[in-house]
Amino acid sequence: MNARIALSALICVWATSALPQGYAGLGTVAEGFAFPQQETRLEFPLDHGPHPDFRIEWWYLTANLMGEDGADYGIQWTLFRSALAPGEAESWQSPQIWMAHAAVTSEDQHLFAERIARGGVGQAGVQSMPFEAWIDNWVMRSSDETIEKISLSADGRNFSYDLALSADGPLILHGDHGYSVKSASGQASHYYSQPHYQVSGTIELPDGPVKITGHGWLDREWSSQPLAEDQSGWDWFSLSFGNGEKLMGFVLRSETRDFTSGTWISADGTAEPLTPGSFQATPLKTSHVKGREIPTRWQVSLPAKRVSVEVQALNPQSWMGASFSYWEGPVTVTGSHSGKGYLEMTGYE
Amino acid sequence: MVLTIRNVTKCYPGQTEETAVLRGVSLDLAAGSSLALTGESGSGKSTLLHLAGALDQFDSGEIEIAGTRLSGLSDSQRAALRRNDVSLVFQQFNLIPSLDTGKNIALHARLGGTWDEGWGMRLTDRLGLSGLLERYPEQLSGGQQQRVAIARALAVRPRLLLADEPTGNLDEAASAAVMELMLDLVRESGTALFLVTHSAAIAQLLDRRLHLHHGMAK
Amino acid sequence: MTAAAFLAILSHWRRHPLQLATLIAGLALAAGLWSAVQAINAEARASYARAAEQLGTAGVARLIPESGTISVARYASLRRSGWQLAPVLEGVIRFERQNFDIMGVDLLQHPLAPALTKAAEAEAVSPLEALLPPGRIFAHPETAVHLAASQNVHPVTETEALPPGVALADLSLASRLLRRPDSLSYLLVLPDQAQGLKPLSDLAPGLTLVPASTAASETARLTDSFHLNLTAFGLLSFAVGLFIVQGTIALSLEQRRGMIRTLRSLGVPMRLVSGLIAAELAFLALAAGIAGLAGGYLVAAVLLPGVNATLAGLYGAPVDGSLSLRPGWVLSGLAMTLGGTFLAGAQSLFALWRMPLLAAPATHARGQNARRSHLAGAVCGVASIAGGVLILTMFQGLISGFAFLGALMLGAALLLPLLISTGLSLGARLAKRPFAEWLWADTRAQLPGMSLALMALLLALAANIGVGTMVSSFRLTFTGWLDQRLFAEVYVTTASDVQGTELARWLDAQGIKALSRRYHDTRFKGAPLRIYGFEDDTAYRSNWPLLDALPDVWDQAVSGQAVLVNEQLARRHGLAPGDRFELEPGWQLPIAGVYSDYGNPHGQAMVSMPSLLEHAPDIPNRQFGLRVASHDISGLINSIREEFDIPRKNITDQATAKARSLAVFDRTFVITAALNLLTLGVAGFALLTSLLTLWNQRLPQLAPVWAMGLTRRQLASAEILRSLILAAFTAVLALPLGLVLAWALLSVINVEAFGWKLPMYLFPLDWLRLFLLALLAAVIAAALPARRLSRIDPAELLRVFTNER
Repeated sequence: MNARIALSALICVWATSALPQGYAGLGTVAEGFAFPQQETRLEFPLDHGPHPDFRIEWWYLTANLMGEDGADYGIQWTLFRSALAPGEAESWQSPQIWMAHAAVTSEDQHLFAERIARGGVGQAGVQSMPFEAWIDNWVMRSSDETIEKISLSADGRNFSYDLALSADGPLILHGDHGYSVKSASGQASHYYSQPHYQVSGTIELPDGPVKITGHGWLDREWSSQPLAEDQSGWDWFSLSFGNGEKLMGFVLRSETRDFTSGTWISADGTAEPLTPGSFQATPLKTSHVKGREIPTRWQVSLPAKRVSVEVQALNPQSWMGASFSYWEGPVTVTGSHSGKGYLEMTGYE
Repeated sequence: MVLTIRNVTKCYPGQTEETAVLRGVSLDLAAGSSLALTGESGSGKSTLLHLAGALDQFDSGEIEIAGTRLSGLSDSQRAALRRNDVSLVFQQFNLIPSLDTGKNIALHARLGGTWDEGWGMRLTDRLGLSGLLERYPEQLSGGQQQRVAIARALAVRPRLLLADEPTGNLDEAASAAVMELMLDLVRESGTALFLVTHSAAIAQLLDRRLHLHHGMAK
Repeated sequence: MTAAAFLAILSHWRRHPLQLATLIAGLALAAGLWSAVQAINAEARASYARAAEQLGTAGVARLIPESGTISVARYASLRRSGWQLAPVLEGVIRFERQNFDIMGVDLLQHPLAPALTKAAEAEAVSPLEALLPPGRIFAHPETAVHLAASQNVHPVTETEALPPGVALADLSLASRLLRRPDSLSYLLVLPDQAQGLKPLSDLAPGLTLVPASTAASETARLTDSFHLNLTAFGLLSFAVGLFIVQGTIALSLEQRRGMIRTLRSLGVPMRLVSGLIAAELAFLALAAGIAGLAGGYLVAAVLLPGVNATLAGLYGAPVDGSLSLRPGWVLSGLAMTLGGTFLAGAQSLFALWRMPLLAAPATHARGQNARRSHLAGAVCGVASIAGGVLILTMFQGLISGFAFLGALMLGAALLLPLLISTGLSLGARLAKRPFAEWLWADTRAQLPGMSLALMALLLALAANIGVGTMVSSFRLTFTGWLDQRLFAEVYVTTASDVQGTELARWLDAQGIKALSRRYHDTRFKGAPLRIYGFEDDTAYRSNWPLLDALPDVWDQAVSGQAVLVNEQLARRHGLAPGDRFELEPGWQLPIAGVYSDYGNPHGQAMVSMPSLLEHAPDIPNRQFGLRVASHDISGLINSIREEFDIPRKNITDQATAKARSLAVFDRTFVITAALNLLTLGVAGFALLTSLLTLWNQRLPQLAPVWAMGLTRRQLASAEILRSLILAAFTAVLALPLGLVLAWALLSVINVEAFGWKLPMYLFPLDWLRLFLLALLAAVIAAALPARRLSRIDPAELLRVFTNER
């Protein structure tokens, strides 16, 4: 994995701007970049596509799946865009850098791969009409300009998947019409989701192919400076309950005061932004993962909706040891509500 | 006198006067006469023969060959003496392997400029070498080689013929034949013969005999 | 018993110290020259490997275009098929005073990224800065100094991770500098690939996959011929050294026959005796081998700068670093010495093994025997030459060329004794005086003992004539070619295109014609190809060195209807006038002519300037050749320098340009000349040792002649005369051999190695000098034995006659 070692240092710097791991160096000043505005109203299909004037952006799809064999699986497909400078340019002059992560998780396996590409030369990108997001041969593609029906594929050295996704509910705009506040001092992003995908297809594992079905959740988010300076990382939950209700909630950890927020999605697809502080998540148990302690069982509560559940990682070792590393994996939910979901934890160094 | 040796002494490096190889030897040899020098190994016979051939230097005394005193001669004067007045026949024959018989026979005489074709022919005839002139030394028997060596020596018509155990490497029959021929030819050409041998039988064939013991004549 | 027997056997050397010295010196010489050459080769190869590794391309396969370049879209589409590839764009960029090889890579994909990141961080610079304008250049500290001195737009990061001479930049900067936003030179196939991908051969017709092992060695491939050349020289020296050894071993065993017989009659088994002698030889070989290695190291250290200059001059191959002990050549040197010693001693050892317990000492084969062995040698020699010719006619390639040379040299060496002996018989027949007669005959008798040394001399002389003729012919051709090629009176390089345009305008106003030299770098079948654009001028028509051309070559070329290619390109791909040539995909032209282009290993083509600009519009326009009618060239140069701020270095008159080229040429062949001289020295030494070896056998042959009235001084001069006669014969015979060698070098080896064929010129004065040199070597070699002879104690000669021998 020569290329990986090679890139880690480069991407580390980049990662500090993309993820809340301290705003060292390049990250502090977003010179010339656009900033999320509260009055912005999202427009589709245009906003499915990239926003090169913003520093960072992602197309983030996770899915909880069940195999023919009855076993639980999770997959991740993420395309990050990071701009070294705002705007787009021809060929190698493009300041856009693309990075993607793909993973397959089962109870005892967590396989992942990474791709990196330069913008401007066609190796990676996103277009909105018809919608297609790609890097190398990893593709998330729709046959029209909506993202109702998409196909999704990725591969790594020892796994691959090829899935069909079909949405049976509306897009969800988080926060105020998709303007999602990330700190008390006002850092924000534009953020919408499509949490209603029915998924079917095949994943190839080292032991052979597995036919799967399940539910998928796409997050779209872009910003230029999403976190406050003192925020060190986040814990992000996307939970789908058996009754059709869904909860997206996150904790932005800070030395002074954690910031929590999220969105409650009722069974009919109505989104209700949570007031800061109403979503609560408390670690119950940590696991030793790649030399660090990571909480892999959580107590999550949202009193307003009478939610009080335990969230347990399907595979506590779902570590994404890529150019920048984080924990990302499927979870099972028990308690007041039961269901499945995905958990992402960053900033555990 | 063809050869006069007066009170000659010879020391090799590391020898004292008492152990010198020659300790005051004197002798005379007239034209047409022959002298056999006998003595045990190490008695100095070969050394005396070499001195008589102007091949080596002596420490004191005097040697005269055909009226020329050897002391004080330069290297090239000695060489000239060897070319013209002295011939040698050795036990090892010492033919030139790269030359054929004919050229070997003529070589010494031609070096001295005294080669006489007729005399050479007679010599080869007498020595029974006529059929062997184009052979090389390695193709000849020991007796044949020694006859070539004798022909070479006599072709010069030397005043003095020196022979060092000329039949030492030959069997008895060959030895007798070679001696007989040599003595005949010496007599015919009036050459003086000075011969070193350890064989009493051969010494008996010559006019005079001199015995050398610890570097002194007896 | 073993120890006692061994001591007895070894005691021989105490009584023959000179023989021991000769043996060890011969072996050491052989081992020394061989390992020197090997050390140089190993160093250069290691240097290439280091360079390849430093470029991150060792062990990485490449996809190269069959012709032209790879479009960026093609790269993206291959990536989108799932293949993990890293793009590379290569070119030459001129900053102010100096050309730099620039290598553009995607810093996010290239295998070198970690090292470069580290280098950037060491300078407290964000590596990502390199992706943004103005862009950062990475270079070896040596090169970084020049880069920093030549421009100040792009910051330079120093890193030992890169080989000297390369400026590495992200593709964003490199494609900008080279003005090639849409093309790539080749793609690296990264080691980690997903499974089940469509094969590249299906996805990328028109691109050739070069496996990792050969991809890294483009330089190695280019320079192979040079190293083969050196190896051939090393082998020659080694063989010459073995000639010395063979004689000495034979003599030492010959002289110990008596002792060995005695040992055997005392009950020492033959097996043990042979074993002990073999052990003795092995020990001597090792001792001499180590001494030789030390000597070889020194020789290599002295020659290495010359070799580096050659490699850099001829191939642009970067060779850096100083000499180091490498197990490869150290072990091979020792092994060669050991093997060579036993090879040289094989015959003697075998004879010893077969020696009966009781037998008279074998007499030396002379006369008929010698003649028979000469004849046998000659038959083998003729067969060897015939075999060589057969190889040459049946097979192509450098190896076959060298095989022919080897067979020719071996054959000639085997023929030598018969030829010399015939010559000597003739001499003897013509001789009138007895002394002369004896001298000829005696010389002939010495031939068997001397023939190996004479063979060595023959080979050394022939190599000298051959290589010397090759180099001199090359130089003469090169000089003439320079006269044709450098026809402009003044050459100017401007700092920028803008300045270039201004200069052209200014010159036009002065009534001076400026021919611009613009080129576009691309690839043809994976190898670099430079396409020059030329502007019509009578000078081209009257001067350009065409080797082969259609009748209206210039009209066709000027009209853009045809292309001219250089000789190496034509030879490499079997092109001739009239053939069609694809310069880049979709750009085909018929070939109108082939021109000679010495000193350049790469392919080159010429088209009319308009048609070049049509296909490569953005190429720099900074180099000009000025046709000046007036004689005041230095005045013109001064006024150009006053008018434009052009450094002295960038404006050259014709004479200086020629002198510079010739200097490079001469430096290129320094190593050849040095090896030539060394080989001749070794051959001279072989002559000396063979004379010394023969010394003891000589006395029984000389003593009778001395007794017959030759002085010692005459004998001494005979000794020198004999050596002279033999050397003269050998030198005369070496001449035709050397000329055949020269022909093979010029018409076979050069064509394979460099891609150009050179006319052969003859240099009789050089031959005369070499002839005299050979005679001098003969006199020097014979001087020591002759001196000993002239002062020899008569007692020593007399010992030959004493009966107690």
